[in-house]
Amino acid sequence: MLEIRNLHATIDGKEILRGLTLTVNAGEIHAIMGPNGSGKSTLAKILAGHPAYEVTGGEVLFEGKNLFELEADERARAGVFLAFQYPIEIPGVSNANFLRMAYNEKAKHDGKDELDPLEFDDLIQEKLKIVEMDKSFLNRSVNEGFSGGEKKRNEILQMAVLEPKLAVLDETDSGLDIDALRIVAGGVNKLANKDNAIILVTHYQRLLDYIEPHFVHVLYKGQIVKSGGKDLALELEKKGYDWIKGASAAA
Amino acid sequence: MAQAAKEKADHFSAYKALAKALAGQDPAWLVNLREKAAAHFEALDFPTTHDEEWKYTNVSAVLKTPFRQHFEQDVTDLTVEAIAPFTFAETRQSQLVFVNGLFAPQLSDVSALPVGVTVSNLAQVPADAAKALHDHLATQANHRDEIFTALNTANLNDGAFVFIPKGKAVETPIHLLFLATAQTATIAHPRVLLLAGEGSIATVIESYAALGESVYFNNSVVEIITQADAVVTHYRLQQENDAAFHVATTQVYQERGSNYTSYAISLGAHLARHNLNVVLGDQHVETTIDGLYVVTGTQHCDNHTSIDHAHPHCTSHQVYKGILDGKGRAVFNGKVFVREGALLTDAHQLNKNLLLSADAHVDTKPQLEIFADDVKCSHGAAIGQLEDDELFYLASRGIAPEKARALLTYGFAEDIISKIKLKSVRQYLDRQVLDKLHQSLEVE
Repeated sequence: MLEIRNLHATIDGKEILRGLTLTVNAGEIHAIMGPNGSGKSTLAKILAGHPAYEVTGGEVLFEGKNLFELEADERARAGVFLAFQYPIEIPGVSNANFLRMAYNEKAKHDGKDELDPLEFDDLIQEKLKIVEMDKSFLNRSVNEGFSGGEKKRNEILQMAVLEPKLAVLDETDSGLDIDALRIVAGGVNKLANKDNAIILVTHYQRLLDYIEPHFVHVLYKGQIVKSGGKDLALELEKKGYDWIKGASAAA
Repeated sequence: MAQAAKEKADHFSAYKALAKALAGQDPAWLVNLREKAAAHFEALDFPTTHDEEWKYTNVSAVLKTPFRQHFEQDVTDLTVEAIAPFTFAETRQSQLVFVNGLFAPQLSDVSALPVGVTVSNLAQVPADAAKALHDHLATQANHRDEIFTALNTANLNDGAFVFIPKGKAVETPIHLLFLATAQTATIAHPRVLLLAGEGSIATVIESYAALGESVYFNNSVVEIITQADAVVTHYRLQQENDAAFHVATTQVYQERGSNYTSYAISLGAHLARHNLNVVLGDQHVETTIDGLYVVTGTQHCDNHTSIDHAHPHCTSHQVYKGILDGKGRAVFNGKVFVREGALLTDAHQLNKNLLLSADAHVDTKPQLEIFADDVKCSHGAAIGQLEDDELFYLASRGIAPEKARALLTYGFAEDIISKIKLKSVRQYLDRQVLDKLHQSLEVE
């Protein structure tokens, strides 16, 4: 589904990714871990098409096609989803309007019928259950006045509505209390299936107690320096990122 | 200066002809009021950009235009259907319509209003409300020092009087529509007195609109008095045509425990200036004044507001938001006074502007002057553009850039519009704002 080959990228002239290579297949959950500043969030934003980053080398294929030929909104309609670390507030726009607009843009792209408010209401009721959200969330402005946990649940709700092929979850566990973490992780588990792929970007192992990855990769200085199974996350937790830093320096 | 004096004499002397035309018709007090105001008008000069209060708004183009003033209603072929785009479902039987500044009886209908409530043009005020009119008309707006108010008062002939007697709760909203239809440059002096008696409740929509593209000048004065414990909601929808000049003062006086809420929406006019002055005249008064202005093309919109806290235990909230596109220009000047002795005042003011174009320009000046202790006050101003992060967020959900910009802009305005309780007014504004920004967006 996703092939990242020797990816180099900069922001404001500063090199963040330095030859990153990764393959993700349908049905797989990958965790990308690493210390602060290793390039985890950069990778997430580049995949989604954030305009501030410049790709300076390498390529990314999504379903065999060059991802960089698509604008951010085109990627989303093609099935790439980014759950933001810091979701944006949109005052004055109700969550229901926003979700329906996003749904309909994708439906149009997929050649499916657009939904009117009543039809969408039926759909959204089911999706709300996935993240244990109350209906009242729909009438509030997007993310405005939401707690940290509510914002992250709202991200997963959007994922549930859009049903992406590839979901990149950027530090979705940060700032969550244990209940919110359980709900958010539960939502992701319900949405994972054999046809989609999920990349979890996280600093901590705690999320992986709830969402079990098939692969764990360690990102350091813009490269994947170590890959393994879920045990690698446990080893990282025990030894800390200094272990990786030391190993990387020695190499 | 000689030129300015000549323009003033040539272009704004219609009140003399009006006085002759009306000779013997009006009560002495009204004739006297007009004469006094005319004397003040003659003694005052029109403001220039050297005046602090008019620093960013140049009215010289208004003064150079030779406008014609209507003394009698000559537009009699307009139908209720023709003005339907400017009227509201909730107010079809509680509306007064003024065309080119003069009352249009064939378009007006107040049959839905309860007995005892006066909603009338000045010439037809019923006998039992005449004293209230006499006692309150021109007691608030300052025709001694403000030249536009003096000019309006010197021309005081027609206008609207809304009188809600003591204890009356009027469920039906009242609509005062000031419509411009003239093909030639016309001047009008819309005038409103709203007197909300003790403990009364009312909702009033004051709107300005045009059929046609010609230039005209509306010089409007609205006086509002909320007596003790009265609750007044006031919608002001300024949607003059793109050639029009609009200069207006809304002067509000609030008595003890009264509650005044204003939504001032400004979408139209080539040049618009609105002064909204609220005096919180006693204790436990609550004031909310929210505003939204949208300027595009070469429009200029100036909002000057003043909230005067002179007594303890009063609350005021103000949020004014502006959207500027093209070469649009806006001015916000908001004064909040907390005078000595106005203890436990709670006053908050905010002005936010969204610039959609590099050529748009806004001058904003929130001013808070506090002379009392133990108060809770805040004020602020912000000028920004649509953020890349906001656009990226929407893009990441599959929403194309053009639509994303429309949605964010709509959201910015909706922050104010969504507070409006009258559904048809809310929907009307949604449509008008989106149309004005050439954005199509399907929203509920």
